[in-house]
Amino acid sequence: MSPAPQWRGLLLALLLVNNTPAWADYVLNMTRGVTEISRGVHHLHMLIFWICVVIGAAVFSVMFYAIIRHRKSCGRTAAHFHENTVVEMIWTVIPFTILILMAIPAAELLIKMHDYTDSDLSIKVTGHQWYWEYEYMGEGITIVSRLATPQDQIQNRAVKGPHYLREVDNPLIVPEKKKIRFLTTSSDVIHSWWVPALGFKRDAIPGFINEAWARIDDIGTLRGQCAELCGALHGFMPIVVEVKTEAEFATWLAAQKAALNTPATGSTP
Amino acid sequence: MSSIAIDPPDHPIDHPHGPKPGLLRWVFTTNHKDIGTLYLWLSLTMFIVGGSMAMCIRAELFKPGLAFFEPGFFNELTTLHGLIMIFGAVMPGFVGLANWMIPMMIGAPDMALPRMNNWSFWLLPFAFTLLISTLFINGPAPDFGWTAYAPLSTIYGPKSTDFFIFSVHLMGLSSIMGAINIIATILNLRAPGLTLMKMPIFVWTWLITAFLLIAVMPVLAGAVTMMLMDRHFDTSFFNAAGGGDPVMYQHIFWFFGHPEVYIMILPSFGIMSEIIPTFSRKKLFGYTSMVYATSSIALLSFLVWAHHMFTTGLPVIGEIYFMLATMLIAVPTGVKIFNWVATMFRGALSFETPMLFATAFLIMFTIGGFSGLMLAMVPADYQYHDTYFVVAHFHYVLVPGAVFGIIAAVYYWLPKWTGHYYSETLGKIHFWLSAVSINVLFFPMHFLGLAGMPRRIPDYALEFADFNKIASVGGFVFGCAQILFLLIVIRTIRGGPKAPAAVWEGAHGLEWTLPSPPPYHSFTTPPKVY
Repeated sequence: MSPAPQWRGLLLALLLVNNTPAWADYVLNMTRGVTEISRGVHHLHMLIFWICVVIGAAVFSVMFYAIIRHRKSCGRTAAHFHENTVVEMIWTVIPFTILILMAIPAAELLIKMHDYTDSDLSIKVTGHQWYWEYEYMGEGITIVSRLATPQDQIQNRAVKGPHYLREVDNPLIVPEKKKIRFLTTSSDVIHSWWVPALGFKRDAIPGFINEAWARIDDIGTLRGQCAELCGALHGFMPIVVEVKTEAEFATWLAAQKAALNTPATGSTP
Repeated sequence: MSSIAIDPPDHPIDHPHGPKPGLLRWVFTTNHKDIGTLYLWLSLTMFIVGGSMAMCIRAELFKPGLAFFEPGFFNELTTLHGLIMIFGAVMPGFVGLANWMIPMMIGAPDMALPRMNNWSFWLLPFAFTLLISTLFINGPAPDFGWTAYAPLSTIYGPKSTDFFIFSVHLMGLSSIMGAINIIATILNLRAPGLTLMKMPIFVWTWLITAFLLIAVMPVLAGAVTMMLMDRHFDTSFFNAAGGGDPVMYQHIFWFFGHPEVYIMILPSFGIMSEIIPTFSRKKLFGYTSMVYATSSIALLSFLVWAHHMFTTGLPVIGEIYFMLATMLIAVPTGVKIFNWVATMFRGALSFETPMLFATAFLIMFTIGGFSGLMLAMVPADYQYHDTYFVVAHFHYVLVPGAVFGIIAAVYYWLPKWTGHYYSETLGKIHFWLSAVSINVLFFPMHFLGLAGMPRRIPDYALEFADFNKIASVGGFVFGCAQILFLLIVIRTIRGGPKAPAAVWEGAHGLEWTLPSPPPYHSFTTPPKVY
């Protein structure tokens, strides 16, 4: 199903000069992600991609056949036909049908993506110029999450780390296998909260609240960044999501609450 | 109906009809050929200015880390690049072609409203001076992207935003007047016997484009005026804190913006429908369906604007509607592609430079169409939106689409305009350099977007490094190749093999009955069309 191996081979063959040793890291295709929804999105993407490939192959082969065979320099003289109602009907109706058929799985998936009921946990995501703020609704816990990449790396004075521009001081901590509802909004301009592995991005709009949800399969670290131009440092507000087991998450949440209840000036126990 | 404004053939002509001497000729001219030339030079100038900005962008993105510019200035570059290319390079390019060709193609002596024509053009240099001057005044230039989403462009916009707003007003004024002129010319000045369904497709596509322009440029003017009011007169059209809605800006903007993309491609469709039959030596396949397909694309373009806004939180039923409507556009667009291929099929093809660009258009515009179809699928669009996949998509439809259309048209009609053939060898070198480098430039952007690189960022994570480097190399080659285009055009104006009236063996139409170059005033007596 995945075209990646062929593309890789083709590209490597095409690219004669390449002096960077980082080739192992590049990505060609959309991620399958870590949720049932994101896999559905990936599947839909591949489906429409292959439909386009098939139509393209058909159209281009007719075209290249004409380009190669029907040349004046091959001694061809032009035919005289210039309309054919039946053919024209066929190539109107067939694409129309393909498109309607494509719309069905897309609409089904879309409706599933917009089902926000029965969530286990709600996190309010607020975009700021230029960092993210996460509030665990009803828990009283708020995390401010900023870019952690040092300026020295950005200004090319130090070697860039493996997660250059995609690392934060305080990641968003979420539990696996729970339906998490993300409520996005903004305190200033429009931002867009996007973690590709979750299969969606949602704009964070000042004065409005948008919804999205994810149920993450497994523990791990997910990375993304702001996707809507939001000013000078738009490229520097990454998102890091740490997915923990349910027990770990509960422990973490309790620790956060305890820390919150401890007076800042108080002595440590 | 088509003969109202035509002089009777026995009208005595006793004053000289050549151009005025000196530079003032260009200031005061009301001649459609002069104004067409002015538009085309403006377009080429803006193409080079906007292209230089693109080169700066690609230089900054050559490798990770900030190399040349501050992030804020990078945003100014992307904003001005977009505005200059759209309003300065592509739109005036097509208007220039319309000015030159429409009167000659329909057997009219000039445009219907020649003085307004002069004003339409001369607004533009001022509009672009205003816009580009923002780079040289204190404070940042417009830095919110060409889409100028509120509130980034209103409460948070730099002072120069007002320059942007008035510059857009001037461009809109110019476009609206240009469009009125084109409609008046086509509807009133056609040669006797040239009925609507006999018009060249280029004239048809421009007629439809002109209606789109009249419909949507005022909408853009409204959007930027509201922006101005929000900035200076304490209104809250787009400010939630005052009861407004930032997303309403996007609705208004894209109600302009989506027909705008067809404004930038329909004339190109018209050019293809002239060039492909000429070099296939065969009549255009499905003339009638071409006209209807173009009209349906234009109508549908008013009904799909929110597909640019799938991530703003539209209701699910709205998203399904906009997905369906958008996918529907693929049908008439497909019809056009099939018609062009059927025109080539069993023709007697030859590949002079205009035909090479037309063939490249056909292939790459189709690729851009496919990615457009993918973008219409809402759940997948949640991933594609605002990434380099979108950048790849619209550059595939705008550069090999609109820009190659203009370049193909220039090669096609340059011998008619100047009376000289361009150098076929140089033209072919220009073509191959452009066609290869443009794919090196834009194809990897699909991968970048799918891998998760957002657009409009000056610096990026390490996994995006390789494809950015490749794209930048392609960009530099493409940029340099266009210098060659400039040289070819200048060389052809200065001299070259003499071109006859019918420049191309397979060309049909009224413009090819005029000598090359055509007299300063052509068709003062309307030709008869049977």
